[in-house]
Amino acid sequence: MTQKEWPLWEVFIRSKQGLDHKHVGSLHAADAEMAIQNARDVYTRRLEGVSIWVVESTNVHASNPDDAAAFYEPANDKIYRHPTFYQVPDSIKHM
Amino acid sequence: METLELTQEEQFQARIDADVRIEPKDWMPDAYRKTLIRQISQHAHSELVGMLPEGNWITRAPSLKRKSILLAKVQDEAGHGLYLYSAAETLGASRDQMLADLHSGKAKYSSIFNYPTLSWADMGCVGWLVDGAAILNQVPLCRTSYGPYARAMVRVCKEESFHQRQGFEIMQTLCEGSPEQKAMAQEGLNRWWWPTLMMFGPKDSESPNTAQSMNWRIKRFTNDELRQKFVDMMVPQAEFLGLTVPDPNLKWNEAKQGYDFGDVDWEEFWNVVKGNGMCNKERLQARVQAHEEGAWVREAALAHAEKRKQREAVAA
Ligand SMILES: [Fe+2]
Ligand SMILES: [Fe+2]
Repeated sequence: MTQKEWPLWEVFIRSKQGLDHKHVGSLHAADAEMAIQNARDVYTRRLEGVSIWVVESTNVHASNPDDAAAFYEPANDKIYRHPTFYQVPDSIKHM
Repeated sequence: METLELTQEEQFQARIDADVRIEPKDWMPDAYRKTLIRQISQHAHSELVGMLPEGNWITRAPSLKRKSILLAKVQDEAGHGLYLYSAAETLGASRDQMLADLHSGKAKYSSIFNYPTLSWADMGCVGWLVDGAAILNQVPLCRTSYGPYARAMVRVCKEESFHQRQGFEIMQTLCEGSPEQKAMAQEGLNRWWWPTLMMFGPKDSESPNTAQSMNWRIKRFTNDELRQKFVDMMVPQAEFLGLTVPDPNLKWNEAKQGYDFGDVDWEEFWNVVKGNGMCNKERLQARVQAHEEGAWVREAALAHAEKRKQREAVAA
């Protein structure tokens, strides 16, 4: 008997009020259709979501946490990208 | 000038001390990884095997309402097992290997599930006491240092409170019923009380790994601390039900603001851990049988997916 595991899928759920899909965990399934059905049973038993995405785990590429300092460094010193950087005169409204 | 270079391990501990979650791709000591895989997979196995004693009563629940509730609870336990297996997989453990270790008897699961569920009151006791003890164990783990484990525990804990409440409701209904029903509830408590106290594990003095696990924040209270909390929590609930906790040494201690209670039968505890409990063989056999009988489904689904992929490739 061949012992081959069903592939692993990452599951993303958007709740009724949610604006985006959030990662909730993973599961095994033979194909995408089964992954969505299993995700419904495993991750939405209490109406946690109204939309499900599944992605085969091997297709997820992630940034390297060891490089985080250098990788995000370019955003460090650009405080002018935030509205709070600018002084708005008190008499100016609606800005 | 002297530079203080922290070793990788010191940096790791510093992150844990600062309550920064460790994520799958972060560096971690081998021992941390191994300990976590063991802890999480044992926990997953417990959820899985934990379905069996309650599954035993689904067809015999006294009403459609109770049957639906019990079904939903057992289904939740399956879900808990799956959340936890997937958390363990982020550490590099394979699902097949974990299941193989469970089925061969190499991996452990909570001993509580090696006790039989003999009466309907046992469904009350399991929910009220066993899930109650599980909640005490699990709530602190929502703040555990390993991210995927902590997130799985948040989901688990959200679902557990209904489990305990439905168990308590079963007990309450029996206790407010006929004298025979009340006796059944008492008899259930008599059998489940001590095994439930064993769920928190050996005494602190016999638990050599506790210190390291606390340092790593994969354990947040000691076994004895949790056991004490449990007793303090449950005794008033038993009193409310009009039931007697089967411990002649149970006594309120004003000075410590908690109960003194008798010693667990540790011989029985180790005996069940070693595989000689009342249901060890039956539970494992049921697991192995379910796994083997499902093998053809797993294979067929893979073959079907493969065939469909090829068909789509030809069509494209
Ligand atoms: Fe559970
Ligand atoms: Fe539960």
